[in-house]
Amino acid sequence: MVQAIVFLPLLGAILAGLIAIFGAHARNPSGDTVEHHGHGHDDAHGHGDAHAAAHDDHAHDDHGHGPAEPAAAGSRLAELITTGLLFVSAALSWFTLVDVGFMHHDARIPLLPWILSGDLQVYWALRVDTLTAVMLVVVTTVSSLVHMYSIGYMDEDPYRPRFFGYLSLFTFAMLMLVTADNLVQLFFGWEGVGLASYLLIGFWYQKPSANAAAIKAFIVNRVGDFGFALGIFAIFALVGSTDFETIFHAAPSLTGKTINFLGWQADALTLTCLLLFMGAMGKSAQFLLHTWLPDAMEGPTPVSALIHAATMVTAGVFMVARLSPLFELAPNAQAVVMFFGATTAFFAATVGLVQNDIKRIVAYSTCSQLGYMFVAMGAGAYSVGMFHLFTHAFFKALLFLGSGSVIYAMHHEQDIRNMGGLWKKIPYTYAVMVVGTLALTGFPLTAGYFSKDAIIESAYASHNPLAFYGFLMTVIAACLTSFYSWRLIFKTFHGEPHDEHHYEAAHESPIWMLIPIGVLAVGSIVAGFPFKELFAGHGIEEFFRESVKMNPHIIEEMHHISPAIAFLPTVMMVVGFLISYLFYIRRPYLPVELATTQPGLYQFLLNKWYFDELYEVIFVRPAKWIGYQLWKKGDGFIIDGFGPDGVSARVLDVTRNVVKIQTGYLYHYAFAMLIGVAGLITWFMFGFGGQ
Amino acid sequence: MTTWPILSVTTFLPLVGALIVYVSRGDDEAAKGNSRWIALWTTLITFAVSLLLVWRFDPTVADFQFVEKTNWLAAGITYHMGVDGISLPFVILTTALMPFCIIASWKSIQTRVREYMMAFLILETLMVGTFSALDLVLFYLYFEGGLIPMFLIIGVWGGPRRVYASFKFFLYTLLGSVLMLLAIMALYWNGGTTDIPTLMHTAVPRSLQTWAWLAFFASFAVKMPMWPVHTWLPDAHVEAPTAGSVILAAILLKMGGYGFLRFSLPMFPLASHDFAPLIFTLSTIAIIYTSLVALMQEDMKKLIAYSSVAHMGFVTMGIFAGTMQGVAGGVFQMISHGIVSGALFLCVGIVYDRMHTREIAAYGGLVNRMPLYALTFMVFTMANVGLPGTSGFVGEFMTLLGTFKVSIPTAFAATFGVILSAGYALWLYRKVVFGTLVKPSLASIKDLTFRECLTLFPLIALTILFGVYPKPVLDMSAASVQQLVNNYNTAVSAVKAAALLQ
Repeated sequence: MVQAIVFLPLLGAILAGLIAIFGAHARNPSGDTVEHHGHGHDDAHGHGDAHAAAHDDHAHDDHGHGPAEPAAAGSRLAELITTGLLFVSAALSWFTLVDVGFMHHDARIPLLPWILSGDLQVYWALRVDTLTAVMLVVVTTVSSLVHMYSIGYMDEDPYRPRFFGYLSLFTFAMLMLVTADNLVQLFFGWEGVGLASYLLIGFWYQKPSANAAAIKAFIVNRVGDFGFALGIFAIFALVGSTDFETIFHAAPSLTGKTINFLGWQADALTLTCLLLFMGAMGKSAQFLLHTWLPDAMEGPTPVSALIHAATMVTAGVFMVARLSPLFELAPNAQAVVMFFGATTAFFAATVGLVQNDIKRIVAYSTCSQLGYMFVAMGAGAYSVGMFHLFTHAFFKALLFLGSGSVIYAMHHEQDIRNMGGLWKKIPYTYAVMVVGTLALTGFPLTAGYFSKDAIIESAYASHNPLAFYGFLMTVIAACLTSFYSWRLIFKTFHGEPHDEHHYEAAHESPIWMLIPIGVLAVGSIVAGFPFKELFAGHGIEEFFRESVKMNPHIIEEMHHISPAIAFLPTVMMVVGFLISYLFYIRRPYLPVELATTQPGLYQFLLNKWYFDELYEVIFVRPAKWIGYQLWKKGDGFIIDGFGPDGVSARVLDVTRNVVKIQTGYLYHYAFAMLIGVAGLITWFMFGFGGQ
Repeated sequence: MTTWPILSVTTFLPLVGALIVYVSRGDDEAAKGNSRWIALWTTLITFAVSLLLVWRFDPTVADFQFVEKTNWLAAGITYHMGVDGISLPFVILTTALMPFCIIASWKSIQTRVREYMMAFLILETLMVGTFSALDLVLFYLYFEGGLIPMFLIIGVWGGPRRVYASFKFFLYTLLGSVLMLLAIMALYWNGGTTDIPTLMHTAVPRSLQTWAWLAFFASFAVKMPMWPVHTWLPDAHVEAPTAGSVILAAILLKMGGYGFLRFSLPMFPLASHDFAPLIFTLSTIAIIYTSLVALMQEDMKKLIAYSSVAHMGFVTMGIFAGTMQGVAGGVFQMISHGIVSGALFLCVGIVYDRMHTREIAAYGGLVNRMPLYALTFMVFTMANVGLPGTSGFVGEFMTLLGTFKVSIPTAFAATFGVILSAGYALWLYRKVVFGTLVKPSLASIKDLTFRECLTLFPLIALTILFGVYPKPVLDMSAASVQQLVNNYNTAVSAVKAAALLQ
């Protein structure tokens, strides 16, 4: 059954890919000759250019609508195949969750040998325990809904088979990631989702900004993977295996061991955990490696919902939870996790305050919420972090898909300054967006309320050296979250319309899109309470069992913190709402005044703390400069100059001079001979005479 | 086991083909066609025969198989051929890639077709011979002989600066080889034989080890190429015709790595151990330096050539780590790089045949008219980047893993290559394939033909197959690599123990 869950999406991806490539091939003729214009037989050429130009018009547009290009043949077939297979996979996943979570039917299914060499024994295998089952449910559910939504959202795009192929490919890679039984397979899924993300961000490949964002996402993730890979090597050097079972079994014996890492006698476990966490930081867009996530919004909106909100970016959280037996033994590493989580939660929320692109606001919100999850990981409350991952998948996917519905309604307008008053035009979208916002801000009894409050409590209760920092940052971020979320709602749906033309034309989205967001809206409300005991209460032992190794005291202590602390996040949520209400409904001139009186702060936040500019200056430009210098100076001047070219030039010089000696005059030669003879005699006389 | 000398047949079949091409004179279209077909059939039959080797090969035996030995020159110099798990993959790689090279040259070579095909067929004999020779003199003949056809291929059918490039290639390689010849003589005086299996079990005095190691190193480092003697490679690649680049990247470079595995490590284990830090340093410099240089290239072939140097850095690093994963990973990386870089050069050749330029800036937006090409190029780009699931990952991962145990700083620095390779490879792909197709010169460019698909699709299949299921290659070499690693470690630890006793 697990095989079916994992490989059905792959099957879908292959079929959709075949449809896409055959369709594309049918439109573009083969041939190895290039005809030149004016030779009279280039009837089929014009239209490649026409489309290229048409797509270029949409440079600032989320959606690459080409005018009236017929969709590739079999588009509908590709959509139905991939979506249908995903729904089957999702149904099986829910069944698996029950089977594993409550019936305790954990499984480990070996598939194929992969890399076998000496003591390195890596197999393709599927591992299913509760942690995996939770992820299976999240991934397949959101993915199937996003597939369905995309049928509506992408209905005018001529390249739909390719899009659905990529979506299913992504789902497959993500499922391989969560079912991994060893670090190398985890890495396979990890890079596989990176590839799919790269392809999907750059789906509209005619847009230069999309291409740039795609490359940026891949490379920043590779920076994280650099650490991840080193972490795998370190584990293998310590344990001699990459299998989770073996590693976890050996972990306790590693405490106190040290590795000489670049001259630094590092604690072995702390070092490996930090290296592995670097991978998690890249994938989950944590502070310092977050810059790719906002840019990734260049991709189609369903992609943002699936990859950059609900699933791929949570892979880092999943990884830390999966490796909890290691992190539990490395308290210093946990402190670092807590630090980065808390910093990201705060940092991303501050940037979210002032953004104007509807998708970027939600993207920064995602970044911030991922920070929350890492705070829970740092506190040792892994299941609590997973709880937030679970609920967040619903409401953040909802917010993205809802934003997509707004964008669709507004004919691809994304700037919230040009919106306003939309609730009358698209009431259904409005309603679900409000539900999503309530869940995100932690309104009582919605899904986010349970999971977010549990995280803040766990931060407060934990004994992590940075616990108070984590607590403080998450509480402040709760207020900021509430502010920017309501700002989005107010500016988009309330007030006066700012763009009459688009406002008048606004319309509710097709049914393909409304059903998935409806389902997610329901999930955003009910995904909290029924699961509270399983993820953050006394049911953890029974539900998760061996799949995560919790801090033994954290849950107990969470239940004993004072009610005032427990109530604090709700207060912050209300405060954020009230400020937002004041700013955008009652006194709309206030935010403008604030921005003009505090230009420094405003610009700092608007420019995302200037991280992109900073990285450009300290990494990108120096790398290019060094590369250029090494090429021209290193290879060209030094190596070739002193090497082959230099030698050949010297040889030429020498021969040129030798040629000069051969003058052809007899007396020159006689003179040289004489000198030679004189020299020889002198040498004999003094050389031997001296002895 | 066999009644006929299967290895010699594999080696010399191409030479027979070359003779047939030579005999079939004429310079009209029909004659050109004939020589193409003869060459293609020769390479295909050779490949089929070499598959018999795989079929009859016993991967559990670490020693040489299919051994043929007859007297040849003076005492101690014999005609001795045989393959083990380290050389067989290279033999197969050679015979498997040759048909692709012939097909890739089908239309792009229109002048002196007969001579061209002969050069390739002779080159195949010499390359297979290099990998299966078990006598130093024989090895040297094949190894050096391979220079001549390649020199001609670059110098006659190459680009505008072909003379400079071919001479640079020839002289660089020759200079290294002269030192190797001296070392071969020294080994002969030391052991009284040039028989490789015998020499492998002959203890070489430590001082001779050092000098011989350095001499062999000079030759193999140039061939590999290692930094800083790599500058001939970009020039040679840029000027060589497509199929020449494929052979150069896929097979000729591997002779350096093969030499390290066949000679340096087993015959001079102590010197190898002593010089390992040098190799590590040069390898990591190669990986980072050439990756950075690759970032700034303006010529597609140059970019891929520089990335080849970086990938070979992983190989040398893995080999001299002297661990099972490092050495096996080095072998695998060479095979994988043979497939992937060969395919990348074929990809460049395809657009070069259409547009007659390799300048990156001359392209852009090819995906709009060449979807099959875009897909193919994407697969090989990702394999070049080392994405798991492609063969590029397995080799890179194993070599790094194997090195980490021995030298953490080396593995640490080399892993930066993982980031940089993504930088240059994706940048190239974006500039050439993505974007809008605005350049008028590209407006009528057409997608892959059947012939081109024939060269590329099998390579896609192999890239993904070996990425997901590398076992065939790893198993083939496992026993021999294990023996090599064991011998190496025994020798090194024996010396260490002796040092402790004193």
